Amino acid sequence: MKFITEFRRSELAEGLISQIHRQSKTSVKFMEFCGGHTVTIFRYGIRQVLPSTIEMVSGPGCPICVTANADLDKAITLAQIPDVIITTFGDMLKVPGSHSSLQKVKADGADVRIVYSTMDALKIAERNPTKSVVFLGIGFETTAPTIAASILQAEKKISNYYVLSLHKLCPPVLRAILDSGEVKLDGLICPGHVSAIIGSHPWEFIARDYGIPCVVSGFEPLDILQGVDMLVAQIENGESKVEIAYRRGVRPEGNQQALKLMEQVFEPCPAQWRGIGEVLNSGLKLREEYQHFDAELAFDIDPGPTYEPKGCVCGDILRGVKTPIDCRLFGKLCTPGHPVGPCMVSSEGSCSAHYLYGGGFEG
Amino acid sequence: MKDKILLAHGSGGKQAHELVEKSFLKAFANPFLAKLDDSAVFDLSGRLAFTTDSYVVSPIFFPGGDIGKLAVCGTVNDLAMSGAKPLYLSLSFIIEEGLPQGELNEIVDSAQKAAQEAGVKIVTGDTKVVHQGSADKLFINTAGVGIIPEGVDISGGNARPGDKVILSGAIGDHGIAVLSQREGLSFSTQLKSDCAPLDSLVAEMLKASPNIHCLRDPTRGGLATSLNELAKQSKVSIRIEEEKLPVREEVLAACEMLGFDPLYVANEGKLVAIVPAEGADKVLKAMRGNHYGKGAAIIGEVGAEHPGRVVMKTCLGTSRIIDMLVGDLLPRIC
Amino acid sequence: MCLAIPALIKSIEGKEAEVEIGGITRRISLWLTPEAKVGDYALVHTGYAINVLDQEEAEETLRLLEEIAGMAEEEG
Repeated sequence: MKFITEFRRSELAEGLISQIHRQSKTSVKFMEFCGGHTVTIFRYGIRQVLPSTIEMVSGPGCPICVTANADLDKAITLAQIPDVIITTFGDMLKVPGSHSSLQKVKADGADVRIVYSTMDALKIAERNPTKSVVFLGIGFETTAPTIAASILQAEKKISNYYVLSLHKLCPPVLRAILDSGEVKLDGLICPGHVSAIIGSHPWEFIARDYGIPCVVSGFEPLDILQGVDMLVAQIENGESKVEIAYRRGVRPEGNQQALKLMEQVFEPCPAQWRGIGEVLNSGLKLREEYQHFDAELAFDIDPGPTYEPKGCVCGDILRGVKTPIDCRLFGKLCTPGHPVGPCMVSSEGSCSAHYLYGGGFEG
Repeated sequence: MKDKILLAHGSGGKQAHELVEKSFLKAFANPFLAKLDDSAVFDLSGRLAFTTDSYVVSPIFFPGGDIGKLAVCGTVNDLAMSGAKPLYLSLSFIIEEGLPQGELNEIVDSAQKAAQEAGVKIVTGDTKVVHQGSADKLFINTAGVGIIPEGVDISGGNARPGDKVILSGAIGDHGIAVLSQREGLSFSTQLKSDCAPLDSLVAEMLKASPNIHCLRDPTRGGLATSLNELAKQSKVSIRIEEEKLPVREEVLAACEMLGFDPLYVANEGKLVAIVPAEGADKVLKAMRGNHYGKGAAIIGEVGAEHPGRVVMKTCLGTSRIIDMLVGDLLPRIC
Repeated sequence: MCLAIPALIKSIEGKEAEVEIGGITRRISLWLTPEAKVGDYALVHTGYAINVLDQEEAEETLRLLEEIAGMAEEEG
């Protein structure tokens, strides 16, 4: 058991597909919250094998895409401060802010380094004691505990390490989307790796208060198909509950140690989501005891007024109200080579997935 | 203290001459170069293939090779992809001051070894030394000429519907081997770059069947980019099957970790051939008989519909479009 | 979102572990999974184990999927 190829077996996929076809009677709209799910769905052409009764819409589960321009501008401004080394996950490099991107300021001489892990960022801080090393804290509940751990590792040892905390929390934004009433959902595929940390309980309000069936899924093609199959079963049985399809990776109670570290270092705060606006308690800021790691407090950042690209409907796409093909810029003015909005930049953005993997293409 | 390359080594004066004699003449020893004239003079007849390329790989030493071997193999392969027998190469070294003399020697030796294997001579070259920070240790610029045998007509525009697509072996080795050495990403692997001269492989393929339509080495941008180029140049579609693609376990694992698709990862010792269906098995057999084509496989075929489009049949039996690589391949977390 | 992959824990040293993922090895942090043991498969995200994978559950899921595939075959 290596936990990867076992979950790509085509004969098992065929079984699930035919069971879904047999059981799905009601026309439904399911949202895959998570961009990772969107990528698997497109990469394996899963929409092509689902019955016409099932419509899949992508949700706001791409941390890069939902980062507001004002926050991107802060990161880009930080990068331009002398003697600052920006360390970041590769995803952030190309995302356009109001006026520039990390990639562009890097070309102008800013020291921007791509890392795989905060462990690597800490090493860079240790090796460059005369510089300030800022880590761009992007990501949901999956990533936030790893940033918290990096701060605890740096505490009392590394004094030139800072974090720009742009973390976002998933359950509050889902509530905001559902409350807006703009999209009517019949089922939700919940993010597997966020749930590895927070467990399945935090999704229960969706099943209980909104009557929407939820299934926590993994990221292999069989995981997604199993998630869809379980949603269909709930729909046809008239149920709405939270189930875990990804049982090898997710426990109902989540990862208590990760949650403890996250809570020790961060506290909830309001956060700006692109296309959605400010959502209460959906962000994370450093607690007072750890404020000396806060890049926003350590540096004087004034990125000035923000600017939103004209005609870009990323915001509507993130709320599941529009699809990329509804956007006038899609595939014409906005391509992965010349992205206008973040959903085209991030490899798990809905627009990028549609563009690269030929959304709706029937081969 | 170890010897280092200094600005004086690029001055054209005494130290420059010493460097040429000690490092280059000795290693590349051949009568053309030994004359030390301003240009190499030689006779050639027939249809010529002529190519140029620059090498800026970082780090300059990587598992399975270095920038010297890469420069020679890359240039040889560009010639071979036209069906040419590679003959003569030029090598220009742009050196950042401070490069240890020992490292330069090692790179020159490995360039010579690759040249010897490919049966090419390095007949001319140049050295410049630039200030710290003006280059990243060492850049190499090359040119190469070769002769195309009679009856061979290979071009990216020659693919025809019904042709078979053959890949010479597992993809992604070079890109992942180089990446494993980068700051901030470090992981260890036994994986080596596939960097190799492919002239002998091409010669054997042509012997098996001179009627090869297209050849391309999927370097930067990976297999996906090469296939897109071929589909566009030939105004055809190409359909490949995911299950037939050879990919090493280590490459798959690194790709899973960093969020890459092996289709976009660079190769330096692989080629993709498009050949008429009737000759495909013969070519495939010849490839498998060569050291650098042991893992060859037919991975798909050429179609007429949707000219310019590359489509892959996934392991679920569905289809997806394969586009060119856009921008840089960046590791991602989400 | 949140790319995470299964990795086999080969050795543990304090809060760090050497893991193997299909022939490549890397050091990861066990800050979030103190319960991890040598021989476990951990789910690794950005160099941190975010959970220890449950082998029995994985096998159970595959058994279930095989059953579904078997049923499909009988009916098909």
